[in-house]
Amino acid sequence: MNFALSEEQELLQTTVRDFVAKQCPPPAVHRVFEGEREAVSALWKGLAEMGVAGMVVPESFGGAGLELLELALVAEELGRGAVPVPFLGHSLAALALARGGSATQQRAWLPRLASGESRATVALAEDAGRWLPSDWRVELANGRVRGRKLSVPEAEGAQLFVVGCANGALALVEAGPGVRMTPEPALDRGRPLATLELDAPAETLEAADAARVVDAGCVLLAADAFGAAHQLVRATASYLQTRQQFGQSLAQFQALKHQLANMALEVDPTRGLWWYAAHAFDHAPAESPRAAALAKSHVTDRAQQAARDAVEAHGGIGFTWECDVHIWFKRIMFDRLWLGAPELHRERYARLEGW
Amino acid sequence: MNLQFGDEYERLRAEVRAFCRDTWPLRAEESRLAEREQAIAWRKRALAAGFLHRTVPRGYGGAGAAPDVMAETVIRQELDRARVPHRGSVQGTHMLVPTLLECGSEEQRREYIPRTLTGELLWCQGYSEPGAGSDLASLQSRAELVGDEWVLTGQKIWTSQADEADMMFGLFRTEPDAPKHGGISYLLVPMKTPGIVARPLTMMQRGTDFCEVFFDGARVPAQNIVGRRGEGWKVSRSTLKHERMLIGDSAIVRITFDSLVALARRAQRDGRPALEHPVVRQRLAEIAGHLETQEWSVARMLTAIHHNREAQVMSELLMAKLLSTNVQQLIAKLALDLIPDAGLHEPTADEAVMGVGEFTQGRWVSNYMYSLAFAIAGGTSNVQRNIIGELVLGLPRDRRP
Repeated sequence: MNFALSEEQELLQTTVRDFVAKQCPPPAVHRVFEGEREAVSALWKGLAEMGVAGMVVPESFGGAGLELLELALVAEELGRGAVPVPFLGHSLAALALARGGSATQQRAWLPRLASGESRATVALAEDAGRWLPSDWRVELANGRVRGRKLSVPEAEGAQLFVVGCANGALALVEAGPGVRMTPEPALDRGRPLATLELDAPAETLEAADAARVVDAGCVLLAADAFGAAHQLVRATASYLQTRQQFGQSLAQFQALKHQLANMALEVDPTRGLWWYAAHAFDHAPAESPRAAALAKSHVTDRAQQAARDAVEAHGGIGFTWECDVHIWFKRIMFDRLWLGAPELHRERYARLEGW
Repeated sequence: MNLQFGDEYERLRAEVRAFCRDTWPLRAEESRLAEREQAIAWRKRALAAGFLHRTVPRGYGGAGAAPDVMAETVIRQELDRARVPHRGSVQGTHMLVPTLLECGSEEQRREYIPRTLTGELLWCQGYSEPGAGSDLASLQSRAELVGDEWVLTGQKIWTSQADEADMMFGLFRTEPDAPKHGGISYLLVPMKTPGIVARPLTMMQRGTDFCEVFFDGARVPAQNIVGRRGEGWKVSRSTLKHERMLIGDSAIVRITFDSLVALARRAQRDGRPALEHPVVRQRLAEIAGHLETQEWSVARMLTAIHHNREAQVMSELLMAKLLSTNVQQLIAKLALDLIPDAGLHEPTADEAVMGVGEFTQGRWVSNYMYSLAFAIAGGTSNVQRNIIGELVLGLPRDRRP
C-alpha cells in the first residue's frame, strides 16, 4: 500500500504553487475583486502553458492524459492562492468531453481546450437547488436545448458549454445567439457566475455519465477548499504572531493558540479524504460516488468553519474588505455551496451506504 | 498511489488468518482455563509465530523482524477480525517495552520484556500525582537511596489497573535539589512490596479502572532504575510518544461507529427506524466524514513511516490523538440521543467496564461518559492543542514559570 503522491505528482504541485506565489500574490486577487479583470487571462494563459487547461485531455489530443488526482492537486494550489482563473468549469467540461464525447466531438474541441485556445464550462444547476443529474429539467430534443441554467461559472468568454439536461443527459452547446447570458452577483468575485437562457442547437454527449462529472466536481471543490483553508490557517497564525496587545503577541494567548489549533485540526487531517476520493474516481469507480459525496460535504464544511474562525481570530481587521481573509472566506463559501450544500451530499452518502 | 497491499502482504494476511483459525478459540483442556490464562497461552503461540510484537528482538521474546508498518497493519486487521486476545495490557506492551528497548539495561530487558509480551507480567504506569497532572514534572513522590534500596514515599493517582498489576513503572523524585525536570528517576516497582497500597477509585460511570497508590517507606532494589539517576524525565518521554500513537489507532473507532449504525437501525423515531430519520442520517454522515478523515490520515501516516518520511505527516501525527478523541465523542453523543430514556438509568456493573462485550443500551450510556476519558488520559485535549499550536503552527510556547 502506498497512499502518497509520486515524485511527478509532487513536482506538478510545487510547480503550480511556485507559479501562483509569483504570479498571483494576494494584492493581485484584491485587484480582481475590485473589478480589474485584465490579469485573469494572463494568469489562465500562464497556467495553460503549464498544461493545466488540458490535464485530463488524452495526449493524442494535445493534453497531458492525467487523472482526477492530478487535477485535484492543481485545484488545491489554486485554492491556496484563491487564484481567480476559469479552472473549475473548464476542467469539468474537458473531462466530460474527454470521457464521454464522440470521436468527432473530441477532435473538434479537445485540442483547442487543451491548449487553452478555447474555453469551456459546465451549466449544471437549476432553480431550487437542483444540482444533481436526477433533478435536471432542461429539455434536450431534436438537436436543440431549451431551458434555464443557474450559477454557471466563468460563462463570459466561454466558447463551449456542457449543459446538464433532463434524464441526466449532457449536451454540447456552442456560444451564440441561442445562449443568453445574465451575470449573477457572485459573492466570490474571483469566480463569476451567470444565468443562461438556452434555446440553441445542441449535440448530445452520448457516452457521458453526468453523475461522474458531478463527482469529479465534488472532488475538485473539496481540494480547492482544503488548499484555501490550509492557507488561511497559516495566514492567521502569522498574523497573530505580529499583532501585539497587552505588550505581547496575540499568539502568546492560550485562548487564541487553542482556537488556531482547532482550526488546523479541522483542516489538516482531511487531505487524505479528498486524495482518496480523487484516486477512487479513476481506480475504484464503484467507491467513487460515496467517496466524492463525503469529501465534498466534509472537507468544505470543515474549511468553512476554519474560515469563520479565521475572521474571528483576526478581530476587526478580519471583517474588512481590505484584509485578505474575506477573499479566502468567500472562496470556501463557493466551494461549499456550488454543486450543492453539504446536507445534499450527506444524504447522498447515506443512501449510497445503504442506510 | 496504490491502495492494494500487494501479493507479499496478502500472503501474510492469509497466513495470519489461518493461524487465528487454528489457534483460537482454545481447545480441550485449555478452553477451561481462566480468561487471562487463555490469553497468555494464545499470546505465547502468536509470539512464536511472529504475529505479535514482531519487531522485539528474539532474545527478548519477539520475532526480531524489521519494522514494517504495512505488515503490522495487515496483521492487526486480521487479529481484530478474528477477535483474538492480541490487545494485551498496553501499559506493558506499548509503553514499558519500547522504553526498556531504548533505555533499559540488558538484565532489565531479559527479566521483564518476555513475560510482559506474553501477558504474564502486568504493568501499571505511575506518573500522575494529586499535585502533578498536566504539569507532570512537578511531581513530589520521593525515592531515597538508602544502602542498596530505594525507599519510596508519596502518592500516585489515576493509575490504571494498579490493583491488578504485578509491577509499576513510575517517576519518582530522587534528586530533590536538582531543577524540576532534572531531579526525577524512572523506577520499576513490584506492586507486592510492603508499604504499597493501591486503592481503586470509582469512576463516574462506576467502573474501577484506575486507582490511587500510596507509598509509605516501600523498599525497592537499587538496580530497578531505568537510565541514570535524574534522567527519568527523558526516559519517560518515549513512553508518552507510544501512548499517543496507540490512541490514534482508528480500528476501534470504526468498530464503535459500526455499532452506532446498527443501533440506529434498531432504535425507533416516529415509529420508524431512526436510521431513516433525516436528522440522524445527517449526523451519521457527518461523523463518517470525521471517521474516514481519520482512517485516510492513518493511511498517509503509515505510508510515510514505511518510507521514512515522517516529516511529511508530522502535522497529522501530532493531531491523531485529538482527532480520534473528537470522533469518539461525536459517536457517543449521537448514540445517547438514539436511546434517550436509557440515559436516565445507571448502567449495570458489567456495562460500566469498557472495551468488552456487546453494546447494550447501558453500555452506550457508559460510553457517553467514558468517551470523556479520551480527552484526559495520555495528555489532555487542551495539552494536545498546545502541542499543535507550538509544533504545527509555530506559535510561541506558553510561559512556564
